[in-house]
Amino acid sequence: MITLNDYLLVSGLLFALGFAGVLLRRNIIIIFMGLELMLNAANLSLVAFSRFGIVNGLPNYNGQMLVFFIITVAAAEVAVGLAIIVALYRARQTTNVEDLNTLKF
Amino acid sequence: MPLPWIILFAPLLSAALIILFTQRYKNLSALISIAAVLVSLAASVGVFLAPEMQPATAQLPWLDFSSLGVNFRIPIGFTLDGMSKAMLIVVTAIGALIHIYSWGYMADDEGKSRYFAGLSLFMFSMLGIVFANNFLMMFIFWELVGVSSYILIGHWFYRKAPSFAANKAFICNRIGDFGFMLGILLVWVATKSVDFETIKTTLPTLTANPAFLPFATVAVVCIFCGTIGKSAQFPLHVWLPDAMEGPTPVSALIHAATMVAAGVYMLARVYFIVETSAAAMEVIAVIGTITALGAALMATQQNDIKRVLAYSTLSQLGYMVMAVGVASPNGAMFHLFTHAFFKALLFLGAGSVIMACHHEQDIWRMGGLWKKQPITLITFLAGTLALMGIYGFSGFYSKDAILIAASEHHPVLYYCGLAAAFLTAFYMTRLFVVVFFGKARTEAAGHAHEVSIVMWLPLVLLAIPAVVAGYPEIIHRFLPTPAHEHSMVPYIASGMGLAGILFGVVLYWGRAKDPIYIPLLANKFYFDEIYALIVWNTQDLLARISGFVDRWIIDTAIVRCLASGTYGAGFILRFLQFGNLQLYALLFGGGVVALFYFILFFK
Repeated sequence: MITLNDYLLVSGLLFALGFAGVLLRRNIIIIFMGLELMLNAANLSLVAFSRFGIVNGLPNYNGQMLVFFIITVAAAEVAVGLAIIVALYRARQTTNVEDLNTLKF
Repeated sequence: MPLPWIILFAPLLSAALIILFTQRYKNLSALISIAAVLVSLAASVGVFLAPEMQPATAQLPWLDFSSLGVNFRIPIGFTLDGMSKAMLIVVTAIGALIHIYSWGYMADDEGKSRYFAGLSLFMFSMLGIVFANNFLMMFIFWELVGVSSYILIGHWFYRKAPSFAANKAFICNRIGDFGFMLGILLVWVATKSVDFETIKTTLPTLTANPAFLPFATVAVVCIFCGTIGKSAQFPLHVWLPDAMEGPTPVSALIHAATMVAAGVYMLARVYFIVETSAAAMEVIAVIGTITALGAALMATQQNDIKRVLAYSTLSQLGYMVMAVGVASPNGAMFHLFTHAFFKALLFLGAGSVIMACHHEQDIWRMGGLWKKQPITLITFLAGTLALMGIYGFSGFYSKDAILIAASEHHPVLYYCGLAAAFLTAFYMTRLFVVVFFGKARTEAAGHAHEVSIVMWLPLVLLAIPAVVAGYPEIIHRFLPTPAHEHSMVPYIASGMGLAGILFGVVLYWGRAKDPIYIPLLANKFYFDEIYALIVWNTQDLLARISGFVDRWIIDTAIVRCLASGTYGAGFILRFLQFGNLQLYALLFGGGVVALFYFILFFK
């Protein structure tokens, strides 16, 4: 039997992986993927809460609604973010965040 | 009532026309200005001769603050009583003659249009003072005459002396006017009105309260400050002699006949307020006496023909102010009336002498003009005798009216007045003898010749009232005069006058240079130097203080401290902005973890 805890564990693992990617990697695309992973970890936990949070014999669909919103926002974010990254790459021929330090003093 | 409007606004219209349209056509500008003053003169005569001679006032609402919950209305109105009608005649008649005279005197001047615009503006402002039926309207026109006087003194502004003189006149007037303004405000506080008629009706209820007396004294002294400035009384008299840097007709009109008399006119107009405070009247009388005597002393040692006349004007204004102080406003107005004619005449005479000697003003560089300028000589003589107060000339009657009032008030004032009368006769004899008799002391004076008709005609026309204006039969048509009493004063005053003449003739007949020299008097009691010193030192001190405040408190303590403090804080804080996004995210994550930790385990 798969319990809520198992889902949350996986969700937490995914989140931790994504966060670690954001923190540790130097390639901006990988960082970006890490971010997406964190969002999806949140989605997973939301769906799990929804599925296990039974109200009057029905799952709590509020959680699933929220997931749709997150997916929408994530899609928009990907569109904008990737566009920025492409533009950045065209301008600087690099995706390494160490090299993108023009605004540092 | 259309006539007063015409009198008042014809000169303003002329000034506006000249400034806006006819600046470039000098003679046209002059003609417009002369036409305007003639229209005013005709209308004034019409007002004067109108059957309704009884006092009348008319007014229009102008500013009304009652909607703001303040009971304060400022009407613009006309006072038409004997005093204002007499002043109207004086101002417009002398004004008209001087406009005509200026046509000749300023014939070759580059700034003729500007000059005539200034004269017209002055006529407008002066007539506004004459008409004013409330303090505020009077104050506005009071400032306007100040401005036009400034413009006209500084007519030759490209030279240093006239421009400094104009500044000096304006600043001295401002000092006096500030007091005047305070006085108006005090009267308004007490009576809730600036309108003369309203004040007149509310004043008796106020004066019934003895506690009102100190307040009234302060208010009257403040109002009198306006007179001190405008009528150049001690201690603000210093501007008037310097104002002689302006064109001579301006000196005649503004700085002898009309504007400087406005202070006296104002005091006579609000005499019902002045008389509420005996102490303030003492102040007025004493200031007037000091001016009358002091200026006469200074006049005896001046060598510039216009300055002698300027000090003489100061002295006569002192007489008028003294008359107000000794409770004889009618005497003051009487002397104002006669003085306006003979002093304007003297100035215009001086103008034609100056013109004949090619703009020479030093009396010791003239001489022997009696043969060359007979008309000037005779008219000047009439003015001189009137000023000395010789029997048969206008000054005799008015000066005696004042001296009689002074003798009834206090003997010291009376003796000072007599001394001033003696000195007046003395310095005028000196002036007359040195300018017109003896040998011509310079080539310019040797080649002098009589001036043109535009210039001598006003002299002749002014000489007539200078002689007859004081005759009881004539003055009664214009002004109420003090009742004629049998008194020794006229004989004594005439004796002083004759003594002055005799002394002057003996001392100065046939002299080529001044036999006496009194540095104290020649340097005008060192007033200018004292004021310069005071102003210099105060200004120096103030400059040092404000320099210190500016440099050390504002610049250093406030501006520099703020700037370097902000810079230092920014410098320190920018080390927190290390710019590594991932480290930020780590800190952010750490923060979230810490937050959760505290929320979950520290309930």
